[in-house]
Amino acid sequence: MSTADAAQARLIIVDRQIVADPWQTLPDDAPAPDSGDIIVSWDRWLADAATLRARSGRVGACCPSTVNPALSDALAGLSLIALSFPKFADGRPYTYARLLRQQRGFTGELRATGEVLRDQLLYLWRCGFNAFELSPGRDLTDALKAFDEFTVDYQPGTPARAGR
Amino acid sequence: MYRYTPTDQRVVDERVEQFRDQVRRRLSGELSEDEFRPLRLMNGLYLQRHAYMLRVAIPYGLMSSDQLRRLAHIARTYDKGYGHFTTRQNIQYNWPELEAVPEILSDLAEVEMHAIQTSGNCIRNITCDHLAGVADDEVVDPRPYCELMRQWSTFHPEFSYLPRKFKLAFTGASTDRAAIRFHDIGLQAVLNDAGEVGFKVFVGGGLGRTPVIAEVLRDFVPAEDLLGYTESILRVYNLEGDRENKYKARIKILVRRLGIEAFAEKVEADFAATYGDHLRLTPERIDEMAAFFRPRPLAAVDPAAEAALAQATAASPAFAHWRRQNTVSHKYAGYHGVIISLKAPGIAPGDITAAQMDGVAALADEVSGAEIRALHSQNLLLADVPSDRLFETWEVLRTLRLATANVGTLTDAICCPGLDFCSLANATSIPLVHELNERFNDLDRLYALGHVTLKISGCINACGHHHVGHIGILGIDRRGEEYYQIMLGGSESDDAALGEFIGRAFPRADIVPAIERLLTVYVKVRTSPEERFIDTYRRVGVAPFKEGTYVDG
Ligand code: SF4
Repeated sequence: MSTADAAQARLIIVDRQIVADPWQTLPDDAPAPDSGDIIVSWDRWLADAATLRARSGRVGACCPSTVNPALSDALAGLSLIALSFPKFADGRPYTYARLLRQQRGFTGELRATGEVLRDQLLYLWRCGFNAFELSPGRDLTDALKAFDEFTVDYQPGTPARAGR
Repeated sequence: MYRYTPTDQRVVDERVEQFRDQVRRRLSGELSEDEFRPLRLMNGLYLQRHAYMLRVAIPYGLMSSDQLRRLAHIARTYDKGYGHFTTRQNIQYNWPELEAVPEILSDLAEVEMHAIQTSGNCIRNITCDHLAGVADDEVVDPRPYCELMRQWSTFHPEFSYLPRKFKLAFTGASTDRAAIRFHDIGLQAVLNDAGEVGFKVFVGGGLGRTPVIAEVLRDFVPAEDLLGYTESILRVYNLEGDRENKYKARIKILVRRLGIEAFAEKVEADFAATYGDHLRLTPERIDEMAAFFRPRPLAAVDPAAEAALAQATAASPAFAHWRRQNTVSHKYAGYHGVIISLKAPGIAPGDITAAQMDGVAALADEVSGAEIRALHSQNLLLADVPSDRLFETWEVLRTLRLATANVGTLTDAICCPGLDFCSLANATSIPLVHELNERFNDLDRLYALGHVTLKISGCINACGHHHVGHIGILGIDRRGEEYYQIMLGGSESDDAALGEFIGRAFPRADIVPAIERLLTVYVKVRTSPEERFIDTYRRVGVAPFKEGTYVDG
């Protein structure tokens, strides 16, 4: 990624750090570049996995909250799975994340996207998400505090506790 | 009772700070009301007709006298001097200011209390048989499991954005006093043939717009698997519950849509795949928890005290009535459970003043091991009052105006806040209870009606549980006028049944007279004064009631 791109790249939280997003989210009608890390839609991934795997860059796919990716047989080759929150109150991706980490052994980046707000971050983290695209206009530095709002919890065995 | 460990204390303390910051961000406009709403709801803070309402958890209904005194302090300091006990063993304050709520939570945290998950689409405060540990029909004391479940469900990261609210209730007795068949999950502690503790698991019960009696999901889940099995139920629900239509979002609709067998298969499949040692309740862990709930050593009561009690009962008809209505038998001879009626005439069912709370706390210190319980019936209980203190207990309660001898009678009604507080209401409900009290202020007349449960809801959301009252009243709106429908035959116990409407609705002015006509029919057709209202109804059906209640045909 060139410096100019980096300046424009959106800021996200990865592993509790604010970073410039090295991934490019590709619209369905845009051709996949030969290199570089791209995130495609879940449907495009299912339709085109072979071609996308053959590229030199890494591939991620963005899964809608209506699809449980933990049931998919097409996880091989995905370095990133983005789980989309159409509304922050849609709690399904929390379970998807746990299942991906703990049942499917997914070790790549697990990213929350869509309506993602500060007050969800800690639970998302504890369920196995490690990357967060916050809703536009949010103060990321302030959001980082959310991870430490609770220093103890009652649920042994959630991914953040169990280690991945 | 359970005492907080340093971890528990840290959780509630950190919660106070988190919520303080959320309120600050709301007040500064950083958070929109839409974003703040689920956050405040997970902390029991509702916006009602006139003001905020804060619901404080009383886990499985058990509190110490110090905690009750703190609840009184909150009523006095931040509210209008009273609180309101709910059917889910919580207490509500109807008038707190948003700015004061973090302080209230901080006051609560000092006495090991909180408002966590008392509302919102998450696992709610866990309820339990109010006679746990003292009931003579108890098989297993469920409270250690209630506390283990409370901890597991507190801030569960996976299940905090469920399709809809989720309620669990426990019993360990053969008679169901916790309405477990009307909860999302009902858990009945039982023993198997080998004498091991396990749980009969009911799922998919509930009231509201679509009342459903829960079905049995599994007859016996070993105690060690309790959390794991519950987690699997929640996971299936979180994945498959309806998220489009909030009226179809409760687990009861999912269970109904899939059928109990298919639902059970999904739960078993998840359990097989995900369950592991992390959630297993070892015998050591269960014992450690059970130690908190061992009955306090109860001194043997002098036989002379029994004789004196019998004498006092014979000498004072008022005390005799109260003793008959408001006390329950106890596992240990010489002890009594005392139900403190919060259903005095002129008082909204469940309401109690700060001074009364202080009085009850002091009384509990004196006569009942410094513990108080909140009941599903919106009353309070002193669980272990010895025979030699019973008369004095009554006298103290009388001075506190808490000795109305009406437990189990018509005026021991359950009633939602209705039009007086609730913005969803179609009709008033509390004033109906006041009016009924006026009509049945003659106690002999009330006692002549025997045991009858009356439940009143101000709209179809059924917070007053009208479907499961022997007599249920539902407020409806007819062209801007308050009308009421009557249901008969409901029950929330082991003989769980949903009531049936008897016919067209009554206008506001005629609903209480209609109830009176209905009860006149009962008195006329019952085989003897011993035949309870519900039994008469089951025997004769709706027809005679219909005939006698609709005077103009
Ligand atoms: S039943 Fe209706 S009126 Fe009564 S409290 Fe519930 S929502 Fe409000």
